[in-house]
Amino acid sequence: MQSEKIIEMEGICKSFPGVKALSNVDFALRKGEIHALMGENGAGKSTLIKVITGVYEKDAGRIVIDEKPIHFKSPQEAQNSGIGTVYQEITLCPNLTVAENMFIGRGRNAFVQWKEMNAKAAKLLSSLGIPASPTQELSSCSLAVQQMIAIARAVDMDCKVLILDEPTSSLDEDEVKKLFELMRELKARGVGIIFITHFIDQVYEISDRITVLRNGELIGEYAVSELPQIELIAKMMGKTLDDVTKIRKHEPVTSKASIPVFESKALSSAAGVRPFNFTIQKGEVNGFAGLLGSGRSESARAIFAADKVTGGEVKIKGKRVKIKTPLHAMKQGIGYLPEDRKGDGIIDELSVRDNIILALQVMKGFFKPFSRKQAECFSDEFIKSLKIKTPSVNTPISSLSGGNQQKVILARWLLTNPGYLILDEPTRGIDVGTKVEIQKLVIKLAEGGMSLTFISSEIDEMLRTCSRLIVMKDREIVGELAGMNVTEHDVMHAIAQGGER
Amino acid sequence: MGNQEAVKPKKRLSNSNLLFLIAGVIFVLMYVAAIFIYPESFLQFQTFFDLFNNNAPLIIMTLGLCIVMIGGGIDISIGSVCGLVTMVCAVLLESGIGSVLGAWSVLGAILLAIVTGLAFGLLHGYLVAYLKIQPFIITLAGLFLANGLMTTIHKDPINVNNVYFKSLMEPLKHPDLGTVNRHNVFIPFEIKQGVIIALVLVGLLVVLMKWTRFGRNVYAVGGNSQSALMLGINVKRTVFFTYVICGLTAGIAGFVWLLSTGGANVGNAAGFEIKAIASAIIGGTLLNGGVGNLLGSPIGVVTLGTINEVIRVADIPSNFQTIISGLMLYLFIVLQSIVMSLRSGRKFRIDLPPWLKPPWLRNRKKEESQEMKK
Amino acid sequence: MINMQRLKQQISHLILPLSVLVILLVINLIKGPEYFSITMTNGAFYGPIPLLLDHASELVILTIGMALVTAASRGQDISIGVGATITSAVFVLFVLNAGEASLLTIVAGFLISCVAGLVIGAFNGTLVSVFKVQPMIATLILLMGGRSIAFLIDGKLSPLLDNPISKQIGTSITISDQIGTEIFNVPISTPIILTAVFIAITALVLKTTNLRLYVESVGINPSAARLNGISPKKIIFLTFLIMGVCTAVAGFIAVNKAARHDSSNLLKFIMMDAILAVAIGGNSLSGGKFSLTGAIIGAYTIEMLSQTLLRLDVGTETLRAFKAVFIIILMVVASPVVRDYAGKILQFARQILQKVRTRGGGGAEGGTGAPDDTDVAGPDIPVKKEE
Repeated sequence: MQSEKIIEMEGICKSFPGVKALSNVDFALRKGEIHALMGENGAGKSTLIKVITGVYEKDAGRIVIDEKPIHFKSPQEAQNSGIGTVYQEITLCPNLTVAENMFIGRGRNAFVQWKEMNAKAAKLLSSLGIPASPTQELSSCSLAVQQMIAIARAVDMDCKVLILDEPTSSLDEDEVKKLFELMRELKARGVGIIFITHFIDQVYEISDRITVLRNGELIGEYAVSELPQIELIAKMMGKTLDDVTKIRKHEPVTSKASIPVFESKALSSAAGVRPFNFTIQKGEVNGFAGLLGSGRSESARAIFAADKVTGGEVKIKGKRVKIKTPLHAMKQGIGYLPEDRKGDGIIDELSVRDNIILALQVMKGFFKPFSRKQAECFSDEFIKSLKIKTPSVNTPISSLSGGNQQKVILARWLLTNPGYLILDEPTRGIDVGTKVEIQKLVIKLAEGGMSLTFISSEIDEMLRTCSRLIVMKDREIVGELAGMNVTEHDVMHAIAQGGER
Repeated sequence: MGNQEAVKPKKRLSNSNLLFLIAGVIFVLMYVAAIFIYPESFLQFQTFFDLFNNNAPLIIMTLGLCIVMIGGGIDISIGSVCGLVTMVCAVLLESGIGSVLGAWSVLGAILLAIVTGLAFGLLHGYLVAYLKIQPFIITLAGLFLANGLMTTIHKDPINVNNVYFKSLMEPLKHPDLGTVNRHNVFIPFEIKQGVIIALVLVGLLVVLMKWTRFGRNVYAVGGNSQSALMLGINVKRTVFFTYVICGLTAGIAGFVWLLSTGGANVGNAAGFEIKAIASAIIGGTLLNGGVGNLLGSPIGVVTLGTINEVIRVADIPSNFQTIISGLMLYLFIVLQSIVMSLRSGRKFRIDLPPWLKPPWLRNRKKEESQEMKK
Repeated sequence: MINMQRLKQQISHLILPLSVLVILLVINLIKGPEYFSITMTNGAFYGPIPLLLDHASELVILTIGMALVTAASRGQDISIGVGATITSAVFVLFVLNAGEASLLTIVAGFLISCVAGLVIGAFNGTLVSVFKVQPMIATLILLMGGRSIAFLIDGKLSPLLDNPISKQIGTSITISDQIGTEIFNVPISTPIILTAVFIAITALVLKTTNLRLYVESVGINPSAARLNGISPKKIIFLTFLIMGVCTAVAGFIAVNKAARHDSSNLLKFIMMDAILAVAIGGNSLSGGKFSLTGAIIGAYTIEMLSQTLLRLDVGTETLRAFKAVFIIILMVVASPVVRDYAGKILQFARQILQKVRTRGGGGAEGGTGAPDDTDVAGPDIPVKKEE
């Protein structure tokens, strides 16, 4: 029973212009198992998924589903054969109702039975405990609810195979728990689940089996019980992991006498952060800790005036200044690496060079462009020092991998030589190797006298780099933890306690 | 279960319905205002009917355009296609073939209208959906093509004298219903055939968009075509058929045009694509796609029609018709922009420059910031 | 070597307009070599090519503005023809009321019309940047009402620009005679000179400012641009202001060429041509990176197309239909899907070629093939090496 294979793939190859995304990959999914697909960014996980679901056509190889060779040409075909997929980005239509989003693209009826559809949807929603009404427009639901609706849709399709591509990245802990319950139930029904995530703990919590990919190649398939975490990471990275432990943060800067680099009083923004006070000293690394939606990103954005500032006052090195737009903040020596790399960070089609010089160029002014030579000189310097992997400075940034894109954005801000740099989730969605590099860089920059704020959803990452953690909950600062011996437990405790107050 | 309460979120109107409602309310208000200001014209029912009598082709055109716009596209060739269809139909009816075929020639003209419209729709649909060419460019080319073909086929105005066609043109009248005009002459109500066709089409297409799989797919594609693809919708086919329908309605509009004017000339329906786009927007369809209600298109058309009628009755130079239509469009666009941004954010967040901000908003800002300081 | 690569990059998007231009030139050559003849008539160069340059001037100027607006706002300004009609109406109104036209009044009139252009640009720009209305829709308003406004300004009389120019320059010549054709005995017609000056100014602006970087950033990712200190609103507004100046210049040229202000027909379908020129020049109509060189070549291509069709005895009525067919063919050839297919076919052909070559061995054509070279380069740079 356990070994009955639903999907069997052999020798899958897929290449895009200039990139070999998958070469000769084998993969097998058995009935009633949760199979984690692991790999760094650019390892080919998403490509493999898209080959299974018919979004991409494979160049070579064989896919067998239920012992029948299959060649899907569209997601619809895959769907009809019982493969349900929930993608990382929400792939629903915001202008349709919740019920429609669950049932559109399915069935052969030429007409829509609204009543019947809404009733079915309501039943399904309540059985899964999703707080949404069927007739609501999807755009009025929160992101997490939208994600759960996408899962509900896949669940309802009686799928034999359910593919979850980073489903937990926008969910909070409770929602993740709910999702896992759901996954276990589906597993008991004999559904095979392919689970992709960056959260290694989650893999060990729920999966039965792990397949590791690296650089488009298959590294191996393992039972979870036989593969310790550290080995998994090593297999994903392709090197041993003693680097990680070497990172040492610094003692918190406590000298009250020195003037803080940045100080805010009752700062608030249009994004709905409660007025907050915040200071940072020279050479300090601190972090906003809190769950998603706790206001940690919003606070950072308020400091940089990325959202409209609605009140409060700001002092830079003791002097009162007005920061109304990002440009003001930049001129005061503040840099901000945004959370959403694709949406707010990179300028896709522009070259790596233009992306690197952008912020400094804007600070210099509209009428004073850098010469091409100067710009190339700047970019070359950072490409070398940050080890950015790019064919040339003229390559469009969109063709780099996620980690390298992030390094380019980092280079952009380092080039402006800010006194205070805010990094909002600099390590999200990038490979482990680059993560470590960025963490090291943060420490090094602080040693050089830069003040940094480091925000991450992975607490251990923050614990490694930050000497002071500002704990946030419900868009409010609820506590502060400083010192070398703060543990994950302390942070959790602070968050939990903050709520009771 | 504490959760139970969270399961019932606040219901709110969908964007499509909200914009449609706004359009409807504004039309009614405007018409009522017009009745009060110019009762001698607007109190007559015939004035109301004439809004439809004069604009039936535009209504039909706008319907098709709305479907394309909901699907996230645009078709600016419809005016030219409509003009071309009037011309080819008139030429057919007046040619030798027309006299040979007799009554069948009318049927032939209808077929010709449909085939011509479909041909353009198929061309646009194929190029946009399957070859992924930007719709604006392709339908622009379609506009040139239809216009060029029309002037090539026939340059001078034609009046259709085909007997069968003439009999079809007779408007519907009821001998007992009607109004008495200033000179005490009884004038029965008139409704042109075209209006009936337009209303039937409105009904059919509303059903198509609301209750069929295809219609909902169009909304999905317009909302987010990438998602629609992932949801298993055949995006290409859906987009293709929106253009086919649009071409078809443009063809029908051409025939209806001929039916209501009885003649064709080179200037027919020129610039109507702009009127249709304006009507669609006033009727609550967003150009971004995904939002719109087909019932809005006739409302948009009659709203514009009412304005023109008011201008005519008020003896304002006709130049102002277009200027005021433009202003009207401006108001609607700004209104939609405000409504949509009100909806997406909790707060009104159009960042007007300070000198453009109305004084009451400026004051409130100050109060808020003062409160913050306290 | 690096410069060669850069050059290749820059030229790659110009392939389409340039090849069409070449094809059109060849067609004209076949039709009759007199196409390339340039004669001196009335003290000016005359012939099909000078005529082409002359005719295309408004289009070229408007195309530059259109390319910028398209790049920044991800949409098109369809009111340019109407805008030019209004600005030229202002110009005409001023010049006709100024009585005797001197160089001063002409320049003053032109500057005032530029102000009108800026007002128009500000109107459209406000709608697009502040109210976030799609450019096509925002400019639709002016397209609907603009010609009537022009009528109101010029008094609905289609006035002739026939007031005599001041005595120093010469009597009995109207101003439009000068600006519409030649001025100061320069043998090149004035519109060409004005266009050249305009292009030069644009090039200078691009060279000395960050306009390109700002506009492209805003067009590609407005929210990222904002976080780097660029205000997308201001930049979009700026492009519309530039467009306003472009319409004023184009209107100025057009009305002087026509010597008459025809409010209902002046530059009537030019927005279509301008958008096409932008697209043919390799610019995406959904914003982002732009190439003004491409757009300008595109504009001349469109004009040459009309000219060629007329030369081939296509009637003026049918001209549009032919142009449309041509555009459709062009777009189909340039469409991503067809390109994809072409790429696949090309690759297939290459593979076959390679197979043939390897089977034939090095002996057959050692001189041309240099198979060793391609083999070595193979894994690193997949296909491009061959060309």
